[in-house]
Amino acid sequence: MCLAVPGKVISIYEEGGMKMGRVDFGGTVKTACLEYVPEIQIGQYTIVHAGFALSIINEEEAIKTLEIFDGLAAAAADD
Amino acid sequence: MKYVEEFRGRERVQAVAAMINAEALPSRTYNLMEFCGGHTHAIFRHGITDLLPENVRMVHGPGCPVCVLPISRIDHATALARIPEVILCSYGDMLRVPGSNGTSLLKAKSQGADARMVYSCMDSLKIARENPGREVVFFAIGFETTTPPTAMAIQQARKSGLKNFSAFCNHVLTPAAIQNILESPHVREFGTVPLDGFIGPAHVSAVIGSRPYEYFAEEYQRPVVIAGFEPLDIMQAVLMLIRQLNERRAEVENQYTRVVTKEGNRKAQELVAEVFELRKVFEWRGLGQVPYSGLRIKKEYAEFDAERRFSIPSVKTEERKGCECGAVLRGIKRPFDCKLFGTVCAPENPVGSCMVSSEGACAAYYTFRRHGR
Amino acid sequence: MDSRRQRRMTDDTIQLAHGSGGKKSHELIHQLFLPFFNNPYLNKLNDQAVLNCGGKRLSFSTDTYVVDPIFFPGGNIGELAVNGTVNDVCMCGARPFFLSAGFIIEEGFSIEELRAIVKSMQEAAKRANVLIVTGDVKVVNRGKGDKVFINTTGIGFMEHDLELSSEKLKPGDAVLLSGSIGDHGMAILSLREGLSFETTIKSDTAPLNGLVEEIIKAGGRHVRAMRDPTRGGLAATLNEFAEASKVGIHIMEDSLPVNPAVLGACEILGIDPLYVANEGKLVAVVAPEGEEAVLRAMRAHPLGKETARIGEAGYKNPGMVDMLTKIGGRRIVDMPVGEQLPRIC
Repeated sequence: MCLAVPGKVISIYEEGGMKMGRVDFGGTVKTACLEYVPEIQIGQYTIVHAGFALSIINEEEAIKTLEIFDGLAAAAADD
Repeated sequence: MKYVEEFRGRERVQAVAAMINAEALPSRTYNLMEFCGGHTHAIFRHGITDLLPENVRMVHGPGCPVCVLPISRIDHATALARIPEVILCSYGDMLRVPGSNGTSLLKAKSQGADARMVYSCMDSLKIARENPGREVVFFAIGFETTTPPTAMAIQQARKSGLKNFSAFCNHVLTPAAIQNILESPHVREFGTVPLDGFIGPAHVSAVIGSRPYEYFAEEYQRPVVIAGFEPLDIMQAVLMLIRQLNERRAEVENQYTRVVTKEGNRKAQELVAEVFELRKVFEWRGLGQVPYSGLRIKKEYAEFDAERRFSIPSVKTEERKGCECGAVLRGIKRPFDCKLFGTVCAPENPVGSCMVSSEGACAAYYTFRRHGR
Repeated sequence: MDSRRQRRMTDDTIQLAHGSGGKKSHELIHQLFLPFFNNPYLNKLNDQAVLNCGGKRLSFSTDTYVVDPIFFPGGNIGELAVNGTVNDVCMCGARPFFLSAGFIIEEGFSIEELRAIVKSMQEAAKRANVLIVTGDVKVVNRGKGDKVFINTTGIGFMEHDLELSSEKLKPGDAVLLSGSIGDHGMAILSLREGLSFETTIKSDTAPLNGLVEEIIKAGGRHVRAMRDPTRGGLAATLNEFAEASKVGIHIMEDSLPVNPAVLGACEILGIDPLYVANEGKLVAVVAPEGEEAVLRAMRAHPLGKETARIGEAGYKNPGMVDMLTKIGGRRIVDMPVGEQLPRIC
């Protein structure tokens, strides 16, 4: 349900009165409507679903989540 | 791809698996429903169940918009596509879904109907502008994540004065469906379907936030953990649910903190509320009539409502005899319990809705796991 | 023939899926064509028929090209038509020599574009050192075709006595893949109406007869079977091998070479690269004794630089393909049904 993939906003422009952006997914670039994330900046990451950006990815939270696992992986490696 | 590979790393996933195996009490089972079809697909695609102990059982929920759409709505869309001046635009997911007597949008297309696949609903606006002499109808399906795009398309159509665009609205709501499952006698009275906790949908929650689930945790004393779609997200969410159950807590926790917030996407919620309103009741394949579980286009946007613009006689349709999709969608039965599974009903010739979408439990079992019986 | 295939046709009209190289295509072939054309050569259902002609063994294959758009990053329909049939002819170890080329052209199609297509066919034939020795042109009314369709048929000769076939796999055999998957299919999809995305992905269309010669030279009788996975992707080819030889095929997701841009495009569209078409890759199944030599020979060839050992044949789940996923779980890699459509949920 609701396949949405993270991509990096590499340019922002206006089209038909709507804020649009080009979003890079590992080398493949697709346009997306940014109306639902009006405050997004170039360089930030967003999740795109059916051509619409729906949320700006929180970089710190992503790092925090991964760090928990790295802690786990290290702990598991000790015992 | 950033934010994808890191959450699929083997060492991290194996580390969480070790924690789950250590903390899951052997004396009990943990029946965890992943409500969302996206999670069902990810669980099978990555083989996550192989990393979980026997007593942690994933129960597949009805959160797959293709699976839950009733045959009558598919027949309705096919009938729209057969109207000569109509161009029916649909997401790829719906093109192969069988309606009654084996017809589908793809089959209607092979008989001359103009049914086209679009990646984004905005493409259907473009098709409408390019074909002023035709009537473009967008087949709108999906949960709260897929509703804001339709709202934007309708608003844009109005702003640009587009006269030949309308949407056939089938948007459905997650909380109403979760409540329907928890209210069902199997869960509430008989306990024939043990449901200990929920893995909450990822991108629905990006739109509606984590708050709407607090009612379920409180009212039905079931923990809910909102999780992303990557293996690491799902495994961590399972660990968080096990901890809550072991500590007798029933709270809403958010694992997918990099995307989901408590409030969700306010602008999306506001635009949806402007264009759509609650239907008193909406039929779900497998769940039957579920109150306040679907949306309809408001009167103010009536010209963009395909149900008002085209009169299509609605016809009562039932499931193929022997199809257990209804029970599978509620977690009462497993795909193997259905007599049609893998014989009459298989991906190349799907009978029930759960075999059509790659997110349906039956398709997932058949495609990814049928050897593991 | 496999009894499981005896079910009658489930459709009463031809659908797109019947042309996709997946289960529906197999059903059409088994239920409709084979009962009429039934003969030992065709029944093998390899990509080419191997015939005995006056003491010489001849490889014979045909294919039709209806790709849309006809010009795409990395090539065009003409080059594709030559390389595709050259590849089908040589996969049994034959050296391709002669091609035919039949054109069905729509009224109104641009001569300039036709010239560009034919020119690239000639260049591709030169690269694969084959000759286009016969052909045909038909023109249909506007709207009754789509610009141009090309059928090519090829003939090659076996200059050895090896018997490669999809029925020859044995448990323990190594499955080698000559390079990244999904490049052609995603290059085409990136231009499809309403889906367009900017990408560096290019079609991998290429003649593989040179690479096949190196493999035969290095592996000889240890080479069990070879096939170029086109429509239906790697998954279709592996399933065809597993079914024909009644062995299980076990692959590892970590070992699959996938171009990052292809992975990105697949993630956005909800498509699995295992099912996406290739036009310049081959799968070679080799007995353990010949694995090392063949792997080295493939990697030494320009079209095999990225060759990877992606798995092996085994006893478990005969007739099926399964995969050890990146995180250490296991999943079946099923035969595709029809064409993979982008999905949003």
